[in-house]
Order: sequence, then C-alpha cells, then structure tokens
Amino acid sequence: MSEVVISAQSVGKTFGAGPDMVKALGGVSVDIFQNEFFTMLGPSGCGKTTLLRLIGGFEQASYGQILLEGQPLNDLPPFKRPINTVFQSYALFPHLTVRQNITFGLEMKSVSRREANARADEMLDLVQLAEYGDRVPSQLSGGQQQRIALARALAPAPKVLLLDEPLSALDLKLRKEMQVELKRLQTETGITFVFVTHDQEEALAMSDRIAVMQSGQILQVGGPREIYEQPTHRFVADFIGDSNFLIGDLVEAPNGGRAINFGESQVINFTQDVAADKSNDVTVSIRPERLDIVGADSAVANQLAGTVRAVTYFGTDTTYRVDLDGQATVTVRMQNGDGATAQFAQGDRVGVVVPSDAIRVLVD
Amino acid sequence: MKVDASNPLWRFRGITSTAMFFFAYLYLPIVVLIALSFNENRLATIWTGFTTDWYLVALSNDDMLRAAQNSLVVAVSATVIATIAATLAAMGMTRGRFRGENGVSAMLVLPLLVPEIVTAIATLLFFVAIGIKLGLLTIIVAHTVFCIPFAYLPIRARLEGMDPSLAEAANDLYANEWQAFKRVTLPLLWPGILSGAMLSFIISLDDFVISYFVGGAGATTLPIYIFGMIRIGITPEVNAISAMMLLVSIIFVSVSFLIDRIRY
Repeated sequence: MSEVVISAQSVGKTFGAGPDMVKALGGVSVDIFQNEFFTMLGPSGCGKTTLLRLIGGFEQASYGQILLEGQPLNDLPPFKRPINTVFQSYALFPHLTVRQNITFGLEMKSVSRREANARADEMLDLVQLAEYGDRVPSQLSGGQQQRIALARALAPAPKVLLLDEPLSALDLKLRKEMQVELKRLQTETGITFVFVTHDQEEALAMSDRIAVMQSGQILQVGGPREIYEQPTHRFVADFIGDSNFLIGDLVEAPNGGRAINFGESQVINFTQDVAADKSNDVTVSIRPERLDIVGADSAVANQLAGTVRAVTYFGTDTTYRVDLDGQATVTVRMQNGDGATAQFAQGDRVGVVVPSDAIRVLVD
Repeated sequence: MKVDASNPLWRFRGITSTAMFFFAYLYLPIVVLIALSFNENRLATIWTGFTTDWYLVALSNDDMLRAAQNSLVVAVSATVIATIAATLAAMGMTRGRFRGENGVSAMLVLPLLVPEIVTAIATLLFFVAIGIKLGLLTIIVAHTVFCIPFAYLPIRARLEGMDPSLAEAANDLYANEWQAFKRVTLPLLWPGILSGAMLSFIISLDDFVISYFVGGAGATTLPIYIFGMIRIGITPEVNAISAMMLLVSIIFVSVSFLIDRIRY
C-alpha cells in the first residue's frame, strides 16, 4: 500500500461541558493513503463531519492527534494546512467572480497574478466550465456552483481535498453525473479525496475505501466490496444494502469444518474464520440475493426449511419472504431471467439454500 | 395601485378616504412648512408672494452656519464611533453562543426604549458628577451611546443572513483571520454597515433633547439653534432651515434604504 497522508490517532471531540456535554467523536483511529478516494459513511450525528472538520482545522480535537505526512496538525489553523474543502453549501464568495473565487487561495499563497489566472483557466477547463470565468456565482446553476467550488478547492493543489456532503443539494440525475465527475477529477489530479456522505450508494460507487461510522466510532474500514460482502457489524450490514439477520450457535460441523446451528437441527456449514470468543447466540448476516430457493424435497446441501409467506414481483427480480422453521423470516431475492426456474406461491413448503461463503458472523 | 382582492380590508368602503386622511395628517404640516419657506412675508403664517430669499438669508447667517457645523462635527464623530462599536458588537454576537447572550442582546438595543429625557438627565448628572466640562465633546459621547443600537440592528441583520461557511472557506483558502475579514466578511457586510451609519448620522443630526441637556453654553447644534429662533418668533428663515434639514434627512434615509436592499 502507498504512503499514509492523514493519520488520525485516537482522535476524540466533545462539545459543551457538564450535563450538556455531547460526545461527537470518541477516540477514532484511521489511516488515509496517498491518492485514494476515502469515504466516511454514516447517518447524521455519527461524527463523520466532525472528523472532517478536525482534519480541516475548523474544530480542535479534545484529545488524540491528527498527522499529515507524519507531522502533527493539531495546532495549525485552517489557513496553514495544505488541505482544502468543498463545503456542503459550496460557500462561493458571492461578491467575487468565478475566476476571482478560484484565484482566491492562490493569491493568499502569494502566487503571481499571471500564474494564478493561468491556473484558474486550467481549473475551469478541468471542471468543463471554461466560458464561465467572468460570471458571478448567483448566475450559475447548482451543479455549476458545485463544479466551481471543486475548481476553487483544487486550484492551490492541496495534499488532501475534503468534501462535506457536496452532492446532497443536487437532484438525482445531476448527482449521478457528479459522482462520475468526482471520481474522474480524483483520478486525474491524483489528490487524496476525503468524502463525507450518508448515502451508501454514493459511497459504494466512488470510493476506494469506506469507513462506516456510528455514534462517534468507526465500525469498519474497507473497500466497497469488502464492506458489502463481509460486514463485521450488524449496523454495517443493515446500513449498506439489505440483509437478513439470524441468530444461531457456532458448532463443529460433522465433516470437521465450521457450522452454525439455527435450532430444530437446522445446521449450515460456513467458511468464514471466526475468533471463537463467543459461540452461543451469535448474529449472522446473509444478503438476500445470495440465498436460493428450492422445493422442499430438493436434496441440495446447506438448506433451511421454511414456508413461503409472501411473494413480490419486481420485474428484474422476485422477492420471497420465507418463514424459516424455528427462526425469523428471511428475504430471498431471485433474479428473473432466462434461467430462472423458481416459481413458488404463498404457503408452499420450500428449502432456502445458504451458500457457505454467504454467511457473515457479526461482532455484535 | 394594484389592489389585492384577497385582503378583506379592501372591501371596507371608507378605506380610501381613511388612508388619505391619515397621510394628510402625517405630511400636511411638513408640506405647509416647506411651502411657507418660500413666503415673501416676514410673518411666516401670512402668504404674500413667492421668494427664495429666505434660503439666502439662512445660508448667510453665521450663527446658523456655526450651529450646522457643530451638528455635522457631532453627527460625523458619533456615527464613526458608534458604527465601529456596533460592527464589533454584531460580530461578537453572531459568532458562537455564550451564557447570557439574550441579556446582552437586549441591553444593546435598550437605549431605543428608554425615554430620551431620562437618558438626557442621567447623562447630564453623570457628566457633572465626574466633572467633565459640558460642550461638543459631551454631546458626541452622549450621541454615540444612542446611535449604537441604530447602527447595530442593520449590521446584525446582515451578519445573521450570511453563510458562516464563507469565513471558513476563506480560512480554508489560506486567508488568516484578518485577511478573511477584509476580503470576505467586510465586503459582504458593508451595505449593512453603511446603512447603519447613515441611520446613526440622521438620528444624531436630528437630536434635540439630549444635545440640549448635555451641551452647555456655546455648544449649539442646529436643532438647538432652531429652537432658539422659534422662541423669538417664527420667520420663514426657520422654515427654510428646517426644509434644508429635511432634505438632508430624506437623502440619507433613502440612500440607507437603497443600500440595505443590495443582495448578492
């Protein structure tokens, strides 16, 4: 892996004091690497924006420290950090033209006017708004303002670009476009992007790595595929995509492997390596599209018996709600295509086939 | 006039005459005052013919000019000091919350509500107690105090409407606190500041009660001078001076209003 740019070391932040004290961030550690698109994902109030503002220097950490390329940032004000921000409200200076907005940071860094203007042209080209340099922000659409905010933040060539939910004000179509655009800009400039969002789809589509946050803690850090397919916490599995949660006991499989007993002698083999600090009543997560549904008399291995409670047809796929014997209800999503053979109705006795690598044993 | 039929008040038959009576009540005396300033007759209330002589008389009256100059010195000084103080107060009140904020906020605008005569007497007693010689300086100090809330309100309103991330964005783009203030906050705030300053100026220029109490002998401002003239007898010269003051006030208030409407 490449070099670490930002390193947060047990960083915490509390607001207020006494009974009104709010713990926004509770001792978070994470490394962000050179040239990666790093996303902090979580619901509002999870501490993602606080961590971003600590990196930007807009808040001071209550404890812990943040390093930039090995140097502690703690005492540096925002204007001394080689880090720029795209604000949620864009915060374009309304009294300056687009070009003056873009050259603002360069001017403050005492770059010559000629050089700054050349750089502004380059940035306007980069965000495909070359003709708009002489307008003022109020003459631009939301999407255009967004691009100018990006150009302004990228112009001083920061080591890290912070993005605070920059797409949340755009409509769906524009948001999809900007997702592609952001990824392109990150690849072209080679600058490390630290992106904050509550939108899991956005995070999966753009990120190299995602940190899933809840209640001021980072629960899991990993690539989009890892986060989706191998969630470590119930919150992660629930927040990103849909998931089925079942409770069972870890047991020794008859053939020597690992297995999980869901009661009523429903035992399923699985492949994940689990640290065996707890073996009774563990929660497992299974994605609905990994499950398969077969007739009750089918001889396929690794199946749980149950009864179909509801069938919903969605066009591209069909969703079955199946009451498992002695267990909760699970959702099974079957794709409707040429090979789709499963046709079951409400009340049918069925088997739900669980691939052994589809089971994720969760920490909590 | 475009009439909004959804307002039930418009169905009231007497609305037009009531409104006309109201406006006449407000403005007729002023119209009469201006008209009589062009009256040829020495007695202000008897019309004999049109002349602009009274304006020439007023403008060549050295005492009047001295009083006007005093008024200007007081208004400009009080406005500058009050506006700076109000700007600082508004910035302090807008950034971050603190204990007792509501109380401080109320105290800032309280001078608007205290009866002027009370302020005048209190200020006079205060100056006498600490042994300051009454004169232009004491008027300036007293005016500064009651000008602050007038300057403060429009500046505060501007600041409240400003996106707090603008200053953060300036900091983020390598501008230190002072540069961020100079390059971003101040340019966005200036319509509010100017509007507040103009309002202060007019309030100070017009003030009579406080100036009268804390001025002492020799420090005659224009309203005090006019009051003195009236006691001798109303001539069209008084009307002419008043009309000129009115003109200055109207200009300042209009400009203040227009500036405050500037939006980005």
